[in-house]
Amino acid sequence: MSASDKPLSVSIWRGTARAGEFSQYTVPRKKSQTILDVVSWVQRNLEPDLSFRFACRVGMCGSCAMMVNGKPRWTCRTHVEKAVQGNKLVIEPLRNLPVIKDLACHMEDFFDKWTRAEARFHPTKTRNDDIEPVRPDSPARILASQGIECINCAVCYAACDVVEKDKNYLGPAALTRAWTLMNDVKDRAGIKRLRAVSGPGGCHSCHSQQSCAEYCPKDLNPTLSIAGLKRMTAKAAIKGEL
Amino acid sequence: METRLYLLQRISAMVMAPLVLAHLGLMIYAIQGGLTAAEILSRTRGSFWWAAFYGLFVVVVSIHGSLGLRAILREELKVTGPALAVIAWGAGLGLLILGLRAVMAVVI
Repeated sequence: MSASDKPLSVSIWRGTARAGEFSQYTVPRKKSQTILDVVSWVQRNLEPDLSFRFACRVGMCGSCAMMVNGKPRWTCRTHVEKAVQGNKLVIEPLRNLPVIKDLACHMEDFFDKWTRAEARFHPTKTRNDDIEPVRPDSPARILASQGIECINCAVCYAACDVVEKDKNYLGPAALTRAWTLMNDVKDRAGIKRLRAVSGPGGCHSCHSQQSCAEYCPKDLNPTLSIAGLKRMTAKAAIKGEL
Repeated sequence: METRLYLLQRISAMVMAPLVLAHLGLMIYAIQGGLTAAEILSRTRGSFWWAAFYGLFVVVVSIHGSLGLRAILREELKVTGPALAVIAWGAGLGLLILGLRAVMAVVI
């Protein structure tokens, strides 16, 4: 039996935010097995009440992120062979978010911060107006494209040490969305959004440690987007607009 | 407010960087030939340029240091509100007073 055929020794966090512990499971190894396959196997065969989130299984919905051997990952697109250490897997709920039960976290704080950062679209036109033409090679569109593939999985939020230290910090995902919208010619929130991202816990709290960029499953660079917001807010402050 | 403090922190760092390098270089240069305190004082006393150089250095260090301390206190020790402002201002003014006293001692 080679190392890759050996059954997996899996520790999964069971319990709530107040009380819980790791439970051990032995899971058969399969070809092209993902971490989501592992937790699904445990739920279907050993623990019907194991709680975790998933929906699309193809890396689009952003709901299945968990900590795997200490690193935040999208579990549906992470092969066991990429994350396993020996034959051991330690699977925990996402860091920096309150646990509901087992591997499911409250996402409320995460999305409330999107609202706080004005990370929603404020249209300039009505349905009766013509669609604004956007050239794919325009500088603003290129900047917006850097962050547009975010799937809201909260991997960056779990990876960020500033989020851990400062509960008020908006976090990489909300700020990246705000940066994308600041470069959207169809959006009019402008200064209102810059005010929203430049208060206490805003973009200036980022230490540029780049854990978000390191772990983002979509290979985005939220640190770069946040640096863009820092520049934009600084220019607005110099002009006296903030 | 945070944006202005962020700008102040970055600008003070930009001003400080060449001053720190000059200060370090100067210290290494000054001790090479075994300069005495009296010889150093003879060069700095009454010098407008040394007063300006170290006076500016003290001002930017006070700004940069107190803002850095403010960020650490907020993140690590969860100090917020008026307490944070009082400590940061206290540290900044303390550095400024001590630093300017030291500068005056060698240039006047």
